[in-house]
Amino acid sequence: MKYEREIKTAFKVSIPVMMGYAVLGFAFGLLLVSFDYPWYLAPIMSLFIYAGALQFVAINFFNLKAGYVDIAIATWFINIRQSFYGLSLLKRFKKTGKLKPYLIFGLTDETYALLTTIKDDEQLKKRWYYFFLTAFNQSYWFLGCTFGAIIGSNIEFNTAGLEFSLTALFVVLCIEQYKSLQNITPFIVGGIASVFSLIFIPSDKMLIVSIVVALILMFTFRRKIEQ
Amino acid sequence: MSGIEIYIAIAIMAVVNFFTRVFPFLFFRKNELPSYVVFIEKFFPAVIMTILIVYSVKDVDFSLAPYGLKEIGGILFTAILHIIFKNYLISIFAGTIFYMTLVQYL
Repeated sequence: MKYEREIKTAFKVSIPVMMGYAVLGFAFGLLLVSFDYPWYLAPIMSLFIYAGALQFVAINFFNLKAGYVDIAIATWFINIRQSFYGLSLLKRFKKTGKLKPYLIFGLTDETYALLTTIKDDEQLKKRWYYFFLTAFNQSYWFLGCTFGAIIGSNIEFNTAGLEFSLTALFVVLCIEQYKSLQNITPFIVGGIASVFSLIFIPSDKMLIVSIVVALILMFTFRRKIEQ
Repeated sequence: MSGIEIYIAIAIMAVVNFFTRVFPFLFFRKNELPSYVVFIEKFFPAVIMTILIVYSVKDVDFSLAPYGLKEIGGILFTAILHIIFKNYLISIFAGTIFYMTLVQYL
């Protein structure tokens, strides 16, 4: 099979995201149909929007009959952090050709985290490896959302705590980042910024405030970080 | 909302969401990146990963018993496993099961 190696590696790397996305997507599907919206909005939204927090908030938009301008502005603020993600990938994505629009479209928190942390295997055709990794992740989200909406309301099992797999993924990626950077300062910056926001900022704005505070700290202590 | 309104709302979210993702690729096309972009490129992943750990437990109430100790325990357990075994599947699976056990049986 063409690209077999790329597909296998991408699949292996994507497994932790599978658990997280399947569960979160499932929860989203459940929530959506619980307000009597048709189930097929779940696959449509996970195909064309493909953003975790935003899709949950979207259900609120529907319920509140939010204005289109409000929706646009809220969407922008909810996901503005993603504008910083691309900065770290400009070089990596440079030679990805016709796959680039999809790679950019699929740049979720988790896909970004994997792409920037996992070491590139020189044997792999990178752009296809990136493509399969992104596509695997979206397919987990798509299946989770769709199954949640179709059959979610009919089965019962205790998934309490399963969402921790995403936290665990970030912990592991953090340790891997430290191994390659060998510099503790950026982690302290991220820790201070996020704990500050956790304490003082309402939770729906916590992420964007953390990022702004972290950027201010990063540029204030730029010399120290670059040493 | 109903019918067509929902589809317009979904289209708006899809477009704006894609715009946030494509933004840096539209505005930084030159070969020579400015030094502040190189700086962000190198160090921002470590910063955001730390932030995402805290963000992912943001709905925990740290002022009520058990004061977020289950989440902190789960994070430490995962980190220790990862430092010892260096295998991210073991760390994530075992870390999640450890946390689920804490949440469901304590």
